[in-house]
Amino acid sequence: MSERTVKLVIDGREVFAKPTDTILKAAKDNGIYIPTLCYLEGLTAYGGCRLCVVEVKGNPKLMTSCTTPVSNNMEVITNSPRLNKYRKQIIELLLAERTHTCSVCVANGSCELQELATRFGVDHTSVSRNWKRFEIDMTHERFVLDHNRCILCTRCIRVCDEIEGVHVLDVKRRGKDSSIVIDLDEPWAASYSCTSCGKCSAVCPVGAIYVKLKPLSETKKKELPEFVVERRRR
Amino acid sequence: MTKNIYSNRLPVVQQLREANELSEYPKTVSDKRIILIDKTIAAYGYRRDALLEKLHVAQNIYGYLEKKILLHISEKLKIPPSQVYGVATFYNYFKLKKPGSHAITFCLGTACYVKGAEEILSAVEREFNVKRGETSADGKISIFVTRCVGACAMAPNVIIDDEMIGKATKETVLDKIRSLL
Amino acid sequence: MKPEEIQKIAEIEHDMRMAYKYRIKVCCSSGCIPFGAQKLLKAFEDAVKELGLQNVCKVARTGCVGTCSVAPVVLIDPGNHLYQNVKPEDAKRIVQEHVVNGRILEEFVYKNEAYFSKQYRLVLRNAGKIDPLRIEDYISVGGYSALAKALTQMTPEQVIYEVTVSGLRGRGGAGFPTGQKWNFVAKSTAKPKYVVANLDEGDPGVFANRTLAEADPHAIIEGMTIAAYAVGAEKGYIYIRSEYPLAIQTLKKAIEQAKSYGLIGDNILGSTFNFDIELRLGAGAFVAGEETAILSSIEGLRATPRPRPPYPAVSGLWGKPTLINNVETLANVPLIILNGGAWFSKIGTPKCTGTKCFSLTGKVRNPGLIEVPMGITLKEVVYEIGGGVPEGRKFKAVLVGGPSGGCLPESMLSLPIDYESLTQAGAIMGSGGIVVIDDESCIVDTARFFIDFCMDESCGKCVPCRAGLPKVREILDKIMVGEGTEEDLKVLEELSYLIKDASLCGLGQTAPNPVLTTLNYFKKEYLSHILDGKCPAGKCNIKRMEVVKK
Repeated sequence: MSERTVKLVIDGREVFAKPTDTILKAAKDNGIYIPTLCYLEGLTAYGGCRLCVVEVKGNPKLMTSCTTPVSNNMEVITNSPRLNKYRKQIIELLLAERTHTCSVCVANGSCELQELATRFGVDHTSVSRNWKRFEIDMTHERFVLDHNRCILCTRCIRVCDEIEGVHVLDVKRRGKDSSIVIDLDEPWAASYSCTSCGKCSAVCPVGAIYVKLKPLSETKKKELPEFVVERRRR
Repeated sequence: MTKNIYSNRLPVVQQLREANELSEYPKTVSDKRIILIDKTIAAYGYRRDALLEKLHVAQNIYGYLEKKILLHISEKLKIPPSQVYGVATFYNYFKLKKPGSHAITFCLGTACYVKGAEEILSAVEREFNVKRGETSADGKISIFVTRCVGACAMAPNVIIDDEMIGKATKETVLDKIRSLL
Repeated sequence: MKPEEIQKIAEIEHDMRMAYKYRIKVCCSSGCIPFGAQKLLKAFEDAVKELGLQNVCKVARTGCVGTCSVAPVVLIDPGNHLYQNVKPEDAKRIVQEHVVNGRILEEFVYKNEAYFSKQYRLVLRNAGKIDPLRIEDYISVGGYSALAKALTQMTPEQVIYEVTVSGLRGRGGAGFPTGQKWNFVAKSTAKPKYVVANLDEGDPGVFANRTLAEADPHAIIEGMTIAAYAVGAEKGYIYIRSEYPLAIQTLKKAIEQAKSYGLIGDNILGSTFNFDIELRLGAGAFVAGEETAILSSIEGLRATPRPRPPYPAVSGLWGKPTLINNVETLANVPLIILNGGAWFSKIGTPKCTGTKCFSLTGKVRNPGLIEVPMGITLKEVVYEIGGGVPEGRKFKAVLVGGPSGGCLPESMLSLPIDYESLTQAGAIMGSGGIVVIDDESCIVDTARFFIDFCMDESCGKCVPCRAGLPKVREILDKIMVGEGTEEDLKVLEELSYLIKDASLCGLGQTAPNPVLTTLNYFKKEYLSHILDGKCPAGKCNIKRMEVVKK
């Protein structure tokens, strides 16, 4: 284990971090909150949701704290009116991108997107919402993949590839047409590589992948990847 | 070929197959053309990074990328099928559906757009009842849209079956397509 | 092969060239081929044979001269007479009159001196001069002597020093100092290292890189090899769009030739330096031209950008140090090595040295491919080289920098073309597209067109770009049919800033530029759609007839 030798300033507070740490890790270790959505401890950082962006002094661009490593004398701002405005807008865009209707969602009450929306005061979206119906794959005996609720954070893809090691899931097409795909775009039941381990449903931040007829509190295990990675190190 | 390890799922698969919701797969490919693909794969030393090259070769041979071909490449290169599918659908050049017998490609690059390519395109869409990116019901024509063929000085450009029509007008394009059918 | 042998080939080639009194060069680039350039080449060869002039007159193919609007074109040396709109049936008459009777056929001559006088051809130095399919032609005009000089007389540090002194900046759009980039890669200790030449020119309306590859492929290969020597790489990739079949063929052939001459491969020119080049095809993804997305694509993955840091100079292809340069940047390198960095730094402006290739298209009289020194004003490009907008129409705006560039009005035409000035005005250098639009085009429609393009090409990885651009387009659509409100303009602007600031890669960060610049310079047109229910260009089909005025 390396020492906390890097000194940096986060929101005016002097903190120490390991040279291998990211800004997000350093902030977390010191009790400073940065919102995240696609990031999950134990999985490779993706940098897609852009909620964890921070301002780094001397850099005109916003940096994602989940991917940017710390460096000596770095000055980071995690909380500013500009950043929070952008975060709010991103949450609005996510809510408007597909049909997120909390009242009929299995994840209602234990949804990370919902939680963030409450925290950042998103009570409406300033852009029009998308009511297009996406397909729901209910063929699997235990799991459901509901594209209407997917936010394309790719946690399921990463957990399937990195933790389970099968890579059943990936993203198909691109841009606004992107969606999660199973094998060669087959119904889940027909997937010949899926091991039905359920890790994808354990890490899904919303209600896009869930276990049939089970309360979400029993099936969501966000600490699972971290736990597995930790065990493998031994 | 990896066997389906969850046999209890098979009844569902069977039902779907009967309902024609499943493509014929997994299934071994018995086609001589597949040898050409295998040769390219071997020429690249089974390197996974040259996936795009192989997809190019496969599309050149078959005209489009069928699922069984994607599965074959996935098995040969030991790349997960979903990853192959993700790559094949990411790039616009790869076609996963069988194209029509005549391909009409409209350039919608900036220069062509400014010079009215969109109007020609809508006229063709209306007359032949085909939308961009799709194939007509009789399978005769497909309309593709591309972003810049690089002959901007001759804009607007339309490519009909490999023949480039520069400084195209609604009339010339419509006449040309009519003559094909 | 030894360095002296290059000199020898050059001399033999020179003698061979001198043996012919006339040289007829037919442009065989993608701009001319669709209009019958290959038939024309054959027609000229036949005509020369028929008239028995094989010993006096040499017919050869050549690269693009830039006057693509009068395709196909033929050049006749000596004198570099440019004949335009030549048909195969005219070949015999031209040969008869020009070569036999010594009379220039005025009806075919391209009469636009201004088009060339303001240009400065550095990167495209050999376009229209040599046969791109013959390495000997390239060697005869001094090709590969820069590589020989670098390998035999210079250390890698000296090469990097010259490039740094030259002030050369990345021609891919961002304008990062090339010398500095090379230095970063050279300093990385991990091995192996890679060089990637970026030829994924996806911008609609831009074809400068393709022209370069078709006209002078060896300049790219030589520049790349010198770069590899400087940074210590042994493997290079040229990533090229699959939509450029002729450029792919030309490059493939050029790589083969360079290999057979020992100019790439093992122990280049008798030194201990090894370098191999592989060609990689894209497959129709604009985002793959982005610096980190190109790496994913070469690795055979979806071309999604990666967060930086780590920068490719430290961790690029397969996690190894990688130098990524645009091909236009690389084509400058041999000149810098031969003539010195100090010579190069005198061209252009002190901060932006050298030249830049632009595809000049849209509503101008002389569209085509041009190369101009940095610091030239937009006015000179549009009016003097381009000849202004055609008769009877009025200039409205000029789009600089491709789909994510900016839309600049007439008042900004005195702007000099350099990275800083363009960025300040809200545009970008991009990969070099200049599109002129006139009063027939609607500004809102133009902005929508570019947003549409970026939306189609967005990879979908990050939220602002994936989910934001469709919303921007939706609002523009609304305005175009007369259903927009002033509130929409506010949302439009806020969304644009979000996408610009919070997106992951260059595509998203620059995509809102057309909207932001048009909102800035042409707000009147937006308001006219919203408040008066009128499209000033008469293009938009506004449904709402009754307009509620405040």
